[in-house]
Amino acid sequence: MNLILEGLIKAFQLIVALDPEVLGITWLSLKVSGLATLISVVIGISCGMIVALTRFPGKKLLVSIVNTGMGLPPVVVGLFVTVFIWRNGPLGFLDILYTPTAIIIAQAVIATPIVMGISIAALQNLPAKMRLQILSLGATRLQMVWILLREARLPLMAAVMAGFGGVISEVGASIMVGGNIKGYSRVLTTATVMETGKGNFDVAFALSIILLFLVFLVNYLFTIIQQRERPR
Amino acid sequence: MILKDILLSVENLKVELGGVSILDIPSFFIREKEFVSLVGPNGSGKSTLLLVLNCLVRPVAGRITYRQDAVASRDAVFDYRRKVSMVFQEPLLFDTTVYKNVASGLKIRGFTREQIRERVMRYLKWFNIEHLAHRSARKLSGGEAQRASLARAFAIEPEMIFLDEPFSALDPPTRIALTDDLVKILRETGITAIMVTHDQSEALRMSDRIVVMNSGSIVQQGTPLDVMNNPANEFVASFVGMDTILEGTVIKSSEGFISVSVPHAEIDAVGDCQTGDKVYCCIRPENVAIDLVHPDEHTSARNVFAAEIREISSLGPFLKLTLDCGFTLVSYVTREAFAVLELKEGKKVYPSFKATAVHVIGCR
Repeated sequence: MNLILEGLIKAFQLIVALDPEVLGITWLSLKVSGLATLISVVIGISCGMIVALTRFPGKKLLVSIVNTGMGLPPVVVGLFVTVFIWRNGPLGFLDILYTPTAIIIAQAVIATPIVMGISIAALQNLPAKMRLQILSLGATRLQMVWILLREARLPLMAAVMAGFGGVISEVGASIMVGGNIKGYSRVLTTATVMETGKGNFDVAFALSIILLFLVFLVNYLFTIIQQRERPR
Repeated sequence: MILKDILLSVENLKVELGGVSILDIPSFFIREKEFVSLVGPNGSGKSTLLLVLNCLVRPVAGRITYRQDAVASRDAVFDYRRKVSMVFQEPLLFDTTVYKNVASGLKIRGFTREQIRERVMRYLKWFNIEHLAHRSARKLSGGEAQRASLARAFAIEPEMIFLDEPFSALDPPTRIALTDDLVKILRETGITAIMVTHDQSEALRMSDRIVVMNSGSIVQQGTPLDVMNNPANEFVASFVGMDTILEGTVIKSSEGFISVSVPHAEIDAVGDCQTGDKVYCCIRPENVAIDLVHPDEHTSARNVFAAEIREISSLGPFLKLTLDCGFTLVSYVTREAFAVLELKEGKKVYPSFKATAVHVIGCR
């Protein structure tokens, strides 16, 4: 019991004192997962849009594959990304193994199917005749796409949240492709794993509390946007 | 037919779905300022025709001409779509306020904020939904939502409007109020309209021309009176409310009068048929009179039968009687007459109708 209490007290002290190392780790986590989410949103929503709005043979198969990808185990992604960027792998010349860039790539791979899968569901959920209605109002193709995205904005927001939530709390891929290098590629999750292993529960607690708070904060912000956007 | 009167026309139109023909229209046109109703059962292709006319469904063959210009190229289709608008059965409103919904077509066209405000307020007023301007489209009743949808379609001031069963999801009072408003607005603006409907009385009340469709083709078209009184075949007859349709053979024909043998009876009618012709006799229920005693002395009706009331059902101000005279005959009586005659199921009555009340289809 003492262990937990002392750990928590120490953790709060670290946070309140704005410990530079903890701050650095937090900032890197946000940057890496934020960028990865951004990439996955651009790819996931545009590809999801194309899949949802067009008809082609093998569509059902593709959607099932994307949906399977929503549960992609991070360690599997970590393994594949590592192999690809390994020194004599296909992308070895980029020389990005054990860098934050590698983490961004791995996390984008994890988040893209999540964002895409939810986007497909969101856009397919709109009434089938909605597209005809928009076209009959004289919209260009681009205007139609824009209006459809706006109509599906709430579930699309959920897609973004799910994507970010998935990658910021992911540890397997980050540790494999980032290497958990102090002051360089160490993020909240990888640091928590390491500190727990070393028995430094106070630091681990501090990192976990920050992680939880970040996830809460980002989701809270999205929720506020969602609620404000909804007309009375 | 003056050519320049014609706003929209199609030729040799064919639509297929999975290799099966669902629409085959050799020729069809709409005149300027005309109100045309497309009627027919489910799956007759009326909604598909509407979507093709609006260039929202691409036909496998056919030519669409608008104001004598072919609507074929991508640009032509786009220009054409900006001149027309469409209202569906579901309101399909966007998830925003009523105001922004009505403004959407104008915004798409790049109108200024002031122009949009002026137009939107005008059309909200026309459809009596000014007070709902800032309400969320999600919080409207069915009638209000359909009004908003209509206002959105009219706000762009189209030359022509397509209506796909816009009232079918509404309750009768709402429906009547809305159709009245729509007819008024169409008349004031002179917008050409084409409406798909299930409801024949709606079609009869509102339109200049009725087009009856079945299995992907046009079966008959004409003024409401024309279609009502001279249905081209037994399908149209049953669709326009000829509840009694009897198949029979002409057994006598002289000087415009014929006798038709139907199961268990003979019917006198007016028509130029030859003996032996297979015909359909169609009788409108409102043309069948009911008596409790044989009216031989005091009626000019040539067709009088002894019958038993098999079924009574309510039709608002009327009651519908299904009578067994050897063949099945349908009659409408007012509630008042129903009470006076003390009608009930199983009662013996004498239905009668004039020879001129029988519409004969199938004379050679």
